[in-house]
Amino acid sequence: MSSDLKITYSRKGMSSVTKDQIELNINGESYEVLVQPWWTLLEVLRDEIHLTGTKEGCSNGNCGACSVLLDGKAIDACLTLAVEAVGHKVTTVEGLAKNGKLDPLQEKFVEWGALQCGFCTPGFLISARGLLDQNPKPTEKEIRLALAGNLCRCTGYDKIVKAVLDTSGQPIESTYNPSQND
Amino acid sequence: MNSFTYESPKSLQEATSLLSQQSGVIRPLVGGSDLIDQLRTNRKQADLVMDIKSIPETTSMEFDANGALHLGSAVSCADTYANPTVRSQFTAIAESCELIGSIQIQNRASAGGNVCNSSPSADTIPALLVHDAIAVIASAKGLREIALNEFFTGPGKNVLETGEFLVKLVIPNPSANSASHYLRFIPREEMDIAVAGAASFVTVDSSGTCLQARIALAAVAPTPIRAYEAEKVLTGKIITEDLIDEAGVTAAASAKPISDVRGSADYRKQLVKVLTKRTLQKCLRTLK
Ligand SMILES: Cc1cc2nc3c(=O)[nH]c(=O)nc-3n(C[C@H](O)[C@H](O)[C@H](O)COP(=O)(O)OP(=O)(O)OC[C@H]3O[C@@H](n4cnc5c(N)ncnc54)[C@H](O)[C@@H]3O)c2cc1C
Ligand code: FES
Ligand code: FES
Repeated sequence: MSSDLKITYSRKGMSSVTKDQIELNINGESYEVLVQPWWTLLEVLRDEIHLTGTKEGCSNGNCGACSVLLDGKAIDACLTLAVEAVGHKVTTVEGLAKNGKLDPLQEKFVEWGALQCGFCTPGFLISARGLLDQNPKPTEKEIRLALAGNLCRCTGYDKIVKAVLDTSGQPIESTYNPSQND
Repeated sequence: MNSFTYESPKSLQEATSLLSQQSGVIRPLVGGSDLIDQLRTNRKQADLVMDIKSIPETTSMEFDANGALHLGSAVSCADTYANPTVRSQFTAIAESCELIGSIQIQNRASAGGNVCNSSPSADTIPALLVHDAIAVIASAKGLREIALNEFFTGPGKNVLETGEFLVKLVIPNPSANSASHYLRFIPREEMDIAVAGAASFVTVDSSGTCLQARIALAAVAPTPIRAYEAEKVLTGKIITEDLIDEAGVTAAASAKPISDVRGSADYRKQLVKVLTKRTLQKCLRTLK
């Protein structure tokens, strides 16, 4: 999609009269969307713009599956109204890969097998990206703290932490390595 | 979510005129980490959500000529604890902002929202109380100030009246040789609500005599409270380990906790004793 292309979405069966037309900047693209003021950014990303990489887990700020970057900082899209994102840059998991090339963080998640069902993965990638952009060489403790707002029911977190450490180019004090990892 | 309209006023005046003209329930919005879920689950209603993140007075964090911290009600927890002066001079406040939720929450949520939500377990409130914070409140009639100490009236309740909102918190410059710390107890390492919390603020003179002590507690009464009797134990004396023990016991006696899923009343009193002692010990270590 070229960046000057503007697309108007509206939900079927709902009058657009009461909706606000807003412009959102998502992954560098500009989108014009009709929204109700009470729609969350998560709802608009998924249901209106069909960027479904961002997941809905709890919808109350506890699981982090809905994490997106707002001006480079990780936030929960389920606690943010879509109208609040006007004038800000939103990055979703779809925006991490550039020109068909995965973000190094995504590469390391693959290498380490830092996922099982994968439902939590977009959220983890976003909060880890937010961390590394601010702090390129985080300690393991800093990584675990930065990822504390993301829940994973499958992996036990260890491989996720190692994938992030590895992305930052730091040694991994570990009894196993990615190649032994299955 | 039930329907509401949304406004994002660009000035204090715009905000207060909105508040005075509109009928129905108007709810200020900062991080939404309390409000959005409360609206979604129908625990709160709103006819108008007023986003206060575009108002210069609420979004700024400044130090005045006297060194007092003017913390806008829409400044995020992350921006608050990232400030080096807040960390060194207003340590308990930085520590409490750093405990709230996750990074995702801290990047949006504010101490102002924590105060206005007025939960008995709110982490920033004891820290703000021991720092003698003042709430600056705006309405169409102008500004008024109230000591934060007198702000809370019950669980989730405060003195804000219809047509009013919190502009900022003003926190006096601590005198030389002061230190403050906040600690809470949660069963997990992160992302949990305090079973109990304690903040201490101590000022000593060159001989080590305690000139001033303030202690405040979270989650052990219908509102966050000061533990005045425990403060008196320390004031005017050289702070020894025995005195710290006594202050802990006295603070526990002033707590009026309930028993609930997070802990029994007795357990909470024990926690107050331990947390008060630890914050005081930490203050002494900082002052060394
Ligand atoms: C996952 C999760 C974890 C959390 N962990 C903690 C924790 O560890 N400790 C803790 O104390 N809290 C915690 N909270 C609660 C919440 O994050 C905090 O209370 C936070 O400080 C609220 O700030 P906010 O800016 O998001 O407030 P909002 O949700 O925007 O507002 C809160 C309330 O105050 C009102 N309000 C906001 N600003 C003003 C104003 N200026 N004037 C008048 N009224 C106003 C709103 O209308 C609303 O009723 C957590 C919440 C979540 C979702
Ligand atoms: S869906 Fe937003 S934090 Fe769980
Ligand atoms: S991989 Fe299944 S929840 Fe994390």
